[in-house]
Amino acid sequence: MQLTERHRQYWKKTLRLSGVLLAIWFIATFVIGWFARDLQSLTFLGFPLPFYMGAQGALLIYVAVVGFYAWRMDRLDREYGAQEGEP
Amino acid sequence: MPGTAQTRFLSQLKRNYSLYTGGFIGFVVMLAILEQMGVPNKMLGYIFLGATVLLYASIGILSRTSDVTEYYVAGRRVPALFNGMATGADWMSAASFIGLAGTLYLSGYDGLAFVLGWTGGYCLVALLLAPYLRKFGQFTIPDFLGARYGGNLPRSIGVFAAILCSFTYVIAQIYGVGLIVSRFTGLEFGIGVFVGLGSILLCSFLGGMRAVTWTQVAQYVILIVAYMIPVVWLSVKHTGNPVPQVAYGYVLEKVSAREQVLNDPSTPEGAREAEVRAIFTQRQESNEDRLRQLAAGGADWLAAEKARLTRVADDLKARPNPDPAAIAAAEQAASTFPVEVAAATALWKKAADSAKTKAAPIQPHAEPFAGKDETERDNKRKNFLALMLCLMVGTAALPHILMRFYTTPSVKEARHSVFWSLLFISLLYITAPALAVLAKYDVYTLLVGSSFSELPSWVSAWATVDKTLMSVTDINRDGIVQLAEITIGSDLIMLATPEISGLPYVVTALVAAGGLAAALSTADGLLLTIANALSHDVYFKMVDPQASTARRLMISKGLLLVVAVLAAYVTSLKPGDILLLVGVAFSLAASAFFPALILGIFWKRANRTGAVIGMSAGLGICMVYMVATYPFFGVNAPLWWDINPVSAGIFGMPAGFAGIIIGSLLTAPPDQETQDLVDYVRYPNLASGEKSGAA
Repeated sequence: MQLTERHRQYWKKTLRLSGVLLAIWFIATFVIGWFARDLQSLTFLGFPLPFYMGAQGALLIYVAVVGFYAWRMDRLDREYGAQEGEP
Repeated sequence: MPGTAQTRFLSQLKRNYSLYTGGFIGFVVMLAILEQMGVPNKMLGYIFLGATVLLYASIGILSRTSDVTEYYVAGRRVPALFNGMATGADWMSAASFIGLAGTLYLSGYDGLAFVLGWTGGYCLVALLLAPYLRKFGQFTIPDFLGARYGGNLPRSIGVFAAILCSFTYVIAQIYGVGLIVSRFTGLEFGIGVFVGLGSILLCSFLGGMRAVTWTQVAQYVILIVAYMIPVVWLSVKHTGNPVPQVAYGYVLEKVSAREQVLNDPSTPEGAREAEVRAIFTQRQESNEDRLRQLAAGGADWLAAEKARLTRVADDLKARPNPDPAAIAAAEQAASTFPVEVAAATALWKKAADSAKTKAAPIQPHAEPFAGKDETERDNKRKNFLALMLCLMVGTAALPHILMRFYTTPSVKEARHSVFWSLLFISLLYITAPALAVLAKYDVYTLLVGSSFSELPSWVSAWATVDKTLMSVTDINRDGIVQLAEITIGSDLIMLATPEISGLPYVVTALVAAGGLAAALSTADGLLLTIANALSHDVYFKMVDPQASTARRLMISKGLLLVVAVLAAYVTSLKPGDILLLVGVAFSLAASAFFPALILGIFWKRANRTGAVIGMSAGLGICMVYMVATYPFFGVNAPLWWDINPVSAGIFGMPAGFAGIIIGSLLTAPPDQETQDLVDYVRYPNLASGEKSGAA
């Protein structure tokens, strides 16, 4: 099956979306983890910031990342006519 | 129209499970009334565990099937929401349910590596794997490797790795089942293991994935209810706020303030803590001293020392006014004195180490990577990040989780279902750190400073059940409990929470049932993965592709039985601790599967040679590092860059990627058919008008 230009565009957009969301995932997890000791003096809702991120913040970000991806990909599928027939 | 059938199915499921949840709550209320009427605790424990196991078994029997698609992937019609619940139960193991809060209690910030690692991996599942595997739409993970890379070799390595990591993981689960059953019913551990095993088999034997799915949904409801009730109660008790996740910031501040007081020897309480710690430092030194003398004098010194102690006891007896207590102590010291050099070394080393931990000041709960100098802190940070990465990538590579995304009706539903999974999982993982802080507050304010003559009832209750879980000893003989005098095992926090918050016994039984649900649901999924890898990938795909449906299912069920009995047998030998086994499973999965799966989807150029080299290299390096560095195996080679053996995947993963890339570039690109397959999985619907997948 030959891919059309639109197919390639769809794939490129998928990759870009995944890349951006993975970057958010990486920052929330590893960048904050790496600098945890330096951020210790900041507080958020009464928690030291790194502790809050590890115990709650990052998890909420993960849920948002996965939720946004599902929503955005549904739209992308429809824009490019790549959606599935009703199962 | 199939669309409306699916909608009807969904609303019927919602109705059934709402009724079920209501029924379950009614059941708990009924037991609470029975408790008030004076039914003994042990009886309540039996009823609770018995009733839930019976429930799982009935769902399993009702879902029996002889259809291949139903058996392997639940007919591919599990709606996103329910697949999310099933994945949640499949995912949350005994270690998460019982051990996590305790790990956080004991290690504070550093324990958050588990919280982050076990949730963040779902970002990788969602973005990189679930939709594509769903589009591929076969039955197992080795299926994908076999189809993408061609030939039996990649599939075989996949089967080997799937069995290796699932089997290690399932042993940890069955261990948890045995522990819970034996603790709450009084049965022996070995019998507990086989009782638990029986219920696992009843769930999965007749109905495969279909039965496992619908039991897991039921198990998720039980485990999340069981986790929330005691924590909410504890939160109300300490903060007046029924949302522990919001309320505990305030409690954490108080815990931190308390830590400072107890660490400061100029306050009266801090002075008493310092006194106890000084005694532990002495103990550490005296044990280290003995070790030095043993190293110098060997067996002769050991014998002479034992003889000397016996003489001391005899001298005491020969005195005019013998003191019976002193004699007993001296005789005890002489008779327990080790005879062999190896035993003596082990004993004193352990005593010195445990005294050393006790002699250290309290580590602030919220402080990341606490350590005495910069090297130690850097080391902790490095291992924290490495462990997190291994757990996340392992999450995105464990076959029993990835398999669940084959069961949704469409790619779209697969994406949605990762969202629901993560949401349901996060509910527990966001609560665990709150529980750890609330329990810590309770211990720091109510237990520390209380008198030994009137300990809180939960302390004495658990201390009599199991000394490794809870023990308090009056080290400095002042009659008052100091923090350094308390020893708490990590499993205690969750198990004792209902009693700490002053809830009736029925909630303790509920927690036990929740722990059992967590362990059973994970074990179900794992056993099915192993049996399917053997029956589908080895037997059907490699040995006898002409096998009839009936024969395939018969083989699969037979293998399930064999694997389950084998796993229970290995578990009854009690090999190593749970966290070690879990860590091994994650690192193995991360090294063996992740590179091959990701490059298989995102890099068309990846070919069979690359996959074979990469998977073997990843798996090989990971296994070699573990065997060389885990004290359990006795090799004790030096660590690479101070990375703990549990994070061996950190070396296996790059080896896997490098192997695939180099191996692929050195050989010819894959054929057109394979490249077309890659395009096929990338688009939910490649050509409009063409029927998509096996929806």
